Amino acid sequence: MARAFKSQAVPILSTEVPPHIRIQPSKGWVPLQFRELWLYRELLYFLTWRDVLIRYKQTILGALWAILQPVMQMVVFSLFFGRLANMPSEGIPYPIFNYAALLPWNYFAGALLNSSNSLVTSSNLITKVYFPRLIVPISSALSGIVDFAIAFVVLLGMMIYYNSDPASGFQLRFGLHILLMPAFLLLALVTALGVSLWLSALNVKYRDVRYVIPFLTQFWLFATPVIYPSSLVENPFWRTVFGLNPMVGVVEGFRWALLGTTPPGPMMLVSTVVAVAIFISGLFYFRRMEKTFADVI
Amino acid sequence: MTDIAIRAENLSKKYHIIPERKPRYRTLRDQIANGIIRLPARAMRGMGKARSGEDDNARFGRDYIWALRNVSFEIKRGEIVGLIGRNGAGKSTLLKVLTRITEPTKGVVDLFGRVGSLLEVGTGFHKELTGRENVYLNGAILGMRKVEIDRKFDEIVAFAEVEKFINTPVKFYSSGMTVRLAFAVAAHLEPEILLVDEVLAVGDASFQRKSLSKMEDVGKHGRTVIFVSHHMPSITRLCERAYLLEGGEIIRTGPAHEVVAEYLSTNLGTSSSKCWEDLRRAPGDETVRLRGVRVKNQQGETAYTHDIRRPIGIEMEYEVLTSGTVLVPYFTLHNEEEVWLFTSIDTDPQWRSRPRPAGRYTSTAWIPGNLLAEGTLLAAAGIRTEEPHINHFYEQDVVAFQVVESPDRDTARMEWAGKISGVIRPFLTWETDLSR
Repeated sequence: MARAFKSQAVPILSTEVPPHIRIQPSKGWVPLQFRELWLYRELLYFLTWRDVLIRYKQTILGALWAILQPVMQMVVFSLFFGRLANMPSEGIPYPIFNYAALLPWNYFAGALLNSSNSLVTSSNLITKVYFPRLIVPISSALSGIVDFAIAFVVLLGMMIYYNSDPASGFQLRFGLHILLMPAFLLLALVTALGVSLWLSALNVKYRDVRYVIPFLTQFWLFATPVIYPSSLVENPFWRTVFGLNPMVGVVEGFRWALLGTTPPGPMMLVSTVVAVAIFISGLFYFRRMEKTFADVI
Repeated sequence: MTDIAIRAENLSKKYHIIPERKPRYRTLRDQIANGIIRLPARAMRGMGKARSGEDDNARFGRDYIWALRNVSFEIKRGEIVGLIGRNGAGKSTLLKVLTRITEPTKGVVDLFGRVGSLLEVGTGFHKELTGRENVYLNGAILGMRKVEIDRKFDEIVAFAEVEKFINTPVKFYSSGMTVRLAFAVAAHLEPEILLVDEVLAVGDASFQRKSLSKMEDVGKHGRTVIFVSHHMPSITRLCERAYLLEGGEIIRTGPAHEVVAEYLSTNLGTSSSKCWEDLRRAPGDETVRLRGVRVKNQQGETAYTHDIRRPIGIEMEYEVLTSGTVLVPYFTLHNEEEVWLFTSIDTDPQWRSRPRPAGRYTSTAWIPGNLLAEGTLLAAAGIRTEEPHINHFYEQDVVAFQVVESPDRDTARMEWAGKISGVIRPFLTWETDLSR
């Protein structure tokens, strides 16, 4: 099984024949090298595992934070928007309406923040050892899934609670659409990672990015139907345009899959296409900039 | 299958230096000053611009350096090659290019085999994680697979001597323990090509000894190693060949001890011989003047490098200008750390207490083999008269030479692999009796 890998990157893990690695200056856009990424999957696993392990180290409450954050947000939003502002919530209790959107949103915002800063915080790795750099933002984006899973338990509890109260207007509905929930989470991941690939690569050279992210997530939150229903936008055309924000599709999809609200419709398609476009362009941009990381970081 | 492990052709690497007062990374403010409209385009072009360097050069003038210039070499499978040179000579850059951490600006490298690198001990160690967790994390970062780490785990922990604390967070470790654990992981890396930067200088003396012998094992298993170090004795001991880098170029290659000798002699500015053509300017007085000093081997050849087992001759040539004075030539010997090893006074009975007629003399002091420890030594030469006391001259650091250990096991080192302390290393006769 003689394999000669022509382009720059190649594996360190195959055994029989010594692999041939050729190093030479690359020009312009470079291939994504998924094969190499696959060979380094264990490193991806270990870096994600590390992020999960250290997240709540030296905190008193530990993993409780994963629940406290979204629950506190939900309480505040329910109080101000649900109670005081009487925000419509598609006929279901505002807390659960809001919380079901906060879960994917918080996952997205956290992944975006960590992943965009990931290269800079891992500069010691980048200047000292070789591996496909894509692993760094990907592992940062993945590690938030554990928090998501913990916070999700609370959502299940809320669903059971409101279901047992006939006056709440909420009813558990079982159906195949529940199975689509992971697909919407994946869409949130793809969006977060897509944006982070751009931002993390830019962050290596321009540290301004670090200060841009908080604003970005704040504006993005208001552009996403987390505290309000997307039905506020009534015109079907503008609803579809609304879907240009991929998180609209994610949040609406979540509510639909879990709470049985209105299905997202064509905006879902728009959101998916936009998310994938950001992701793929991010991959290529990242790969193009990758070779300069060790020199500039 | 080719027997070449690493082949580099015309490898060059250009680095941009952004002037001191500017941060290494840029802020958007700088960019805005250069025109907001061009911003996205500039960000996109990224490295393209950096490679051509035109924009930056126009603005800052000459702000790049070639860290490597047209470096070409071939290393065979199983060779251990040392890379030496002053700071900034390009050693680390070369390693970073070979490990693919950074891309060359020009040139091609072919690597045949799995590559492992060790540019730093404990890359990716996290202080909040336990020793066990760090072993897995660090192993994965260095390119080991989980099954491989599972298999070697006990060995790694035993090597690091941290068995009792393996489930304790590393932040509670002493710095020595952390470094030992980190080195232990790295030492169990088994790639076909290993690239190592100055990492053996960690831990206490006994751990360094262990590390060095581990490195020797690596060599014995037929792996190809490039080894960067400032510690010359470990270069000569571990490597067959060495490359001397200066200003980003390989200026000398050859057997490790020769290259090391050249590096040291150029660095010290002292070579193995020195002579004074113009006698009037030579050290001395109206009685006697020094013509020259050299270090020679048994064959009488001037040599810088000497096998630790062979005698070394230090020879001085001098001109006695006025007859009738008793002269006592002597040498003193110092090592690199400026430890004064000894003073040796002419013991030749022929001229003892005997006034010398004018003429040219040559006196040689023979240092027996198996006496000096390996390392670089500096000699001083002098001539005195005792009655009345006159120091005709005493020329310090006049010649230098190097004592090298051979890899054969018949020196005073025997099977000992690590550092041997002490300024001399005599080969003593030992007797061991079994008394019961």
